[in-house]
Amino acid sequence: MSELLLELSGVHTHIGQYHILQGVDLAVPKGGLTVLLGRNGAGKTTTLRTIMGLWQASAGSVRFEGRDIAAVKTPDIAQAGIAYVPESMAIFSDLTVRENLYLAARQGEMDEKRLDWIFGFFPALKKFWNYPAGNLSGGQKQMVAIARAIVEPRKLILIDEPTKGLAPAIIQGMIAAFKELKATDTTILLVEQNFNFVRSLGDTVAVMDDGRVVHAGTMAELSEDRDLQQKLLGLSMDAHQ
Amino acid sequence: MSEPNVSAAVSPAPTFSEALPKIPMDWAPLLLVPVLALLMLPLVGSFPTWVTLTIAGLAMGMMIFIMASGLTLVFGLMDVLNFGHGAFVSVGAFAATLVLLPLRGWVEADSVLLNLGVVGLAIVVAMLVTGVLGWAFERLIVMPVYGQHLKQILITMGGMIVAEQMITVIWGPEQIPLPLPETFRGALIFGDAAIEKYRLIAVAVGLAVFVTMFLVLNRTKIGLLIRAGVENGEMVEALGYRIRRLFVGVFVAGSALAGLGGVMWGLYKETLTAAMGSEIMVMVFIVIIIGGLGSVGGCFLGAVLVALVANYTGFLIPKLALASNILLMVAILLWRPQGLYAVVKR
Ligand SMILES: Nc1ncnc2c1ncn2[C@@H]1O[C@H](COP(=O)(O)OP(=O)(O)OP(=O)(O)O)[C@@H](O)[C@H]1O
Ligand SMILES: [Mg+2]
Repeated sequence: MSELLLELSGVHTHIGQYHILQGVDLAVPKGGLTVLLGRNGAGKTTTLRTIMGLWQASAGSVRFEGRDIAAVKTPDIAQAGIAYVPESMAIFSDLTVRENLYLAARQGEMDEKRLDWIFGFFPALKKFWNYPAGNLSGGQKQMVAIARAIVEPRKLILIDEPTKGLAPAIIQGMIAAFKELKATDTTILLVEQNFNFVRSLGDTVAVMDDGRVVHAGTMAELSEDRDLQQKLLGLSMDAHQ
Repeated sequence: MSEPNVSAAVSPAPTFSEALPKIPMDWAPLLLVPVLALLMLPLVGSFPTWVTLTIAGLAMGMMIFIMASGLTLVFGLMDVLNFGHGAFVSVGAFAATLVLLPLRGWVEADSVLLNLGVVGLAIVVAMLVTGVLGWAFERLIVMPVYGQHLKQILITMGGMIVAEQMITVIWGPEQIPLPLPETFRGALIFGDAAIEKYRLIAVAVGLAVFVTMFLVLNRTKIGLLIRAGVENGEMVEALGYRIRRLFVGVFVAGSALAGLGGVMWGLYKETLTAAMGSEIMVMVFIVIIIGGLGSVGGCFLGAVLVALVANYTGFLIPKLALASNILLMVAILLWRPQGLYAVVKR
């Protein structure tokens, strides 16, 4: 397999007294889209938060471009080139769409060309440009959250369940965006429960259960093998079909 | 979810129903002030008295706003309950004496320029002293107790007691007179109404502080980051900014503003005591609760309302004056439990 951009080995994370991640091993190849699957409560969000430094790993290593970032502070992890789209979206509702994106652009000014490129996927952002983000619909907020992560080029984007509760039309825009991002050599780690959505997008796939990665391989392999799908995804698959 | 908006943006031929929805502006709290003032006019009876009471209320409201504005941001941004904020009010006022007492000649001079110069210098010194003190206070007292409200209350109150005792050690236990400069004294007469000059000055300074804060919070990157941080500090960090630095900056600025408020409050009362800061804190807390914790606009409105209500009741029903703030707070919280302008939290 190609060079790894991100590699978690033996990562344990405690939240309070709870032992949530129990030795996560996860490899994210550079330039590809890695899908992280798993049923509710498997530890997917906790894994992304641990990568981002929002939870502190209690053991194990998180290597980004070869450097261990397990003990690095969140702002420095972001500065190193990792963007995060949380499950809650965490848009700044008091700020306008423009201001949300402006804060995400650390260089100062936003690049017009890149904005037009983003508006191509998410036209609503252009329409609501000077509109308080808190007044947008759930789908539009998700667009803001994703746009914030890509308003400047980043090396790795962590995206947590972006399709939750969204209409198919928006999901199409999202698929287009992710495909083009891949083409620009951006690496994506996408948490998703909807296997059908990521089937066409993913290059590699990891499946979590009970705070561990229980399967890792290529998407091609998993989408061929119905038995493996049944075994690994079980309930979460049925729920989405 | 309202997907129609999205398809509207994609579709080439927008129709009437797809026009941009209007942003609802929350006017009701803003209307409270004029409505209250107008309702009081017939009750007060005499127009000149009403003008005097209203201007006095506005002036006091502005001074309370200046003292309270930093505190509400500190709470909004870091969830820190600083019960020691009043120390900066006292220290600011006493620091001003370092300039105003030695330069008594300038204070007593009948020259607007000298008077303004000496007060300006006193304000700069007071804000520098309280800013530096705020920085130290944050490092030594607040930082070790992040996220622990009970400890914050205890230790910041302790910090305030220490600060008050330090004032007593340096300046002695007696009240200190703080004379108002010559040209700030007296009143302007409009018809039958007399308006004290200093109250007008206080209103002007308060408005200037509010407008400046408003512009900073809305037009600068730092300001946007502060507002974003009040809503979701974690996400601000995930975008690559150190919320801690922002917080220290806000704490220092808030302390310096409390120092400014202390100077103005001291000049208004013309006497200083070490406890003047802690005495005004009850009102300051009521103001930031009424306004909505973390909201600067709410704090401004809350301060004006509290001061106006205190002035009107003090005139109409003196016996109720002390309780009026609490009653106002209860009424407003019954109407809006999160305060006038609730701040969204993650
Ligand atoms: N703040 C928290 N405090 C305590 N336990 C938590 C906290 N956050 C998550 N957990 C627990 O950690 C486990 C993993 O949660 P996590 O959110 O990572 O799952 P997930 O795979 O993202 O699930 P979902 O698909 O529902 O989003 C769950 O059992 C959850 O209850
Ligand atoms: Mg999750």
